[in-house]
Amino acid sequence: MVVGKMKLTFQKRVKLAQGLWMLSWFATLGGAVTFALGCFLKTELRRRGEVMDNTDIHCVPNTLMIVGLASMGINYFASRICQDALDPGRFPRWKTFLKPFYGCSVFFTTLMLISVILSYIMKGSLETSLKIGLKNGIRFYKDTDTPGRCFQKQTIDRLQMEFQCCGNSNYRDWFEVQWISNRYLDFSSKEVKDRIKSNVDGRYLIDSVPFSCCNPSSPRPCIQYRITNNTAHYNYEHQTDELNLFIHGCREALVNYYMGLMNAIGAVVLSVFLLQCSVLASVRLLQTSMEAVAGQENVEVDSEGYLLEKGVKETFMEYVDPVLKLLWLNEVTPAEAKAEAGTS
Amino acid sequence: MAVLPIKFTKTKRDKLAQVLWVLNWISVVTGIILFSLGIFLKVEINKRQDLMAESQLQSVPNMLIAVGLIACLINFLGGKICYDCVDTNKFLRWKLVMLPYIICTFFFTLSVLVGALMCYSMHGQLEEALTLGLRDAMRHYKDTDTPGRCFLKRTVDLLQIQFQCCGNEGYRDWFQIQWVSNRYLDMSQREVVDRLRSNVEGKYLMDGVPFSCCSVNSPRPCIQHQITNNSAHFNYDFQTEELNLWTRGCRQALRDYYTNIMHSVGLTVLIIWLFELSVLTGVRYLQTSLENVLRQGDPECESDGWLLENSFVETARSNLNIIKHLGKFNQINISSNGDPNLDKPPTAHYGPDNVPPKPLPMAS
Repeated sequence: MVVGKMKLTFQKRVKLAQGLWMLSWFATLGGAVTFALGCFLKTELRRRGEVMDNTDIHCVPNTLMIVGLASMGINYFASRICQDALDPGRFPRWKTFLKPFYGCSVFFTTLMLISVILSYIMKGSLETSLKIGLKNGIRFYKDTDTPGRCFQKQTIDRLQMEFQCCGNSNYRDWFEVQWISNRYLDFSSKEVKDRIKSNVDGRYLIDSVPFSCCNPSSPRPCIQYRITNNTAHYNYEHQTDELNLFIHGCREALVNYYMGLMNAIGAVVLSVFLLQCSVLASVRLLQTSMEAVAGQENVEVDSEGYLLEKGVKETFMEYVDPVLKLLWLNEVTPAEAKAEAGTS
Repeated sequence: MAVLPIKFTKTKRDKLAQVLWVLNWISVVTGIILFSLGIFLKVEINKRQDLMAESQLQSVPNMLIAVGLIACLINFLGGKICYDCVDTNKFLRWKLVMLPYIICTFFFTLSVLVGALMCYSMHGQLEEALTLGLRDAMRHYKDTDTPGRCFLKRTVDLLQIQFQCCGNEGYRDWFQIQWVSNRYLDMSQREVVDRLRSNVEGKYLMDGVPFSCCSVNSPRPCIQHQITNNSAHFNYDFQTEELNLWTRGCRQALRDYYTNIMHSVGLTVLIIWLFELSVLTGVRYLQTSLENVLRQGDPECESDGWLLENSFVETARSNLNIIKHLGKFNQINISSNGDPNLDKPPTAHYGPDNVPPKPLPMAS
């Protein structure tokens, strides 16, 4: 049961080879673009790596880079094949190369599709990683004298100003941590002592946020201390005031940013995937139609090209069997071996 | 005595024409670069329009845009001319156009040079515009309810955050203006009333700065109010504290930023000018050598190419004479009393023997 049978005249074969040559160069470019997008995504993820707890999300850009390189190689060989396809003298030397070529190409093309799907699946993992990372960042905000953590304050401040966000889920996260170091607290002051005593863990908690949460679009000078206390500020009601601080949490802002990036990249990679599929199908058609006229004197006859000689499942088993044999998963059992030895 | 003559064989001439064709196309690309540099500069200046007082700063990017467009056109035409110059027949088509083209291009390269020099000289204008503009922006920082000025607060805040600067010269500039609007001052409080009364103009001045002056590099949470009061904060000495607020003034920050841009743009324009000048020189040599070929009549012969036929002084003198006589072509010569036929020797030619005819007998 042949899949995808098509009759091709000589002219059509020539046109197919020429069109395929152009298409494969475009697809090589597409592979290079995929690789570049993978590098770009990796750089962006590493830039904010300090507020991420794990690097699981890096599998997406890594896959993209591998697929991009593989795609460039596949399409380069596709262009060489179609260059030699119309020349009956040069075409036979590709014969042994074709089966592994198709196997690799299908594998990497499916991997391309998987990488796009991965970027949607990994959203939850990214969110969890950011949640933990930001929580730690906010907790260690005050530790500017601890080696290894002294740049947390700078990182969090820059992050909040650049992404216009405050805290993990919202600004109230700052009320639950002590973000002012003990070095700058006057322990002889009654107010400080009272606050520390009123807290179970002995932390100095205040209803205030760092300056990086301040929104420049606010019409009034920033209110960052005693936010929930309406009487502490003139003409201020903290329930209705929305412009004073950034209302979004940094986790939400970062997830949106990265998902937007990955969506855009996914769209580009999908179109490269479609291009690559068409290149592979065309190479297969060209190869089968050229094989049908091989050995004949007149090469300008019509011939039939097909995509798969047998059905999909049979072709799949044909490819997978050698791999399994290599991995010894298809071992012949001792009983069968004895029976064979007996009959021979 | 020609200026810088070079001998050109036929193959040399053809090669020169081909090279010039390629160079002209490269010049079209550099013209596009000039145009985009002008647009980039225009966008950069417009981005901070709120912070600059009215000035003639727009003339520099406008000049670059115009020059870039003209460069594209001129070099496109030059490319076509050089392409045709390989063939002596086709050159005849362009013969009359080439000299005016070279003169126009020469003046055009002068304007490219002027554009480059303008980039470097914008310095002083820029500084003045920035000083006045920043001062006004800071004064109207609190006027977020006045239409036309309601975005100045946001502009100044974002500027201070992005350029890591505070105030005009330093953070003390904020001590001299009221940057908190009266809408947010509790006039019933004694402290507020005292402060307003102590100031001659009734302004609420304090030793505090907006939050955008806070430095992210500071190890302690930002101190933006009561900056000069050491006792108001624990473990704080404002004389030695350098990391708390940005120390640079915004005028200097913006000036450095724009100076860098202008210098890079100016350098690029200078390099493009040198390139255009070399292309022009090549075209001049090509034109003179082809004209000499036509004078000698043999398209395969060697010919001389030069920049000027005679020396500079003689060329200048002859050009001045031409310009003088241009104005005289409709003037009458008064030496013969206005009658052009007086004292004119006879110039009639009476056949090969040059014997004047006998006068005809008159009928009586």
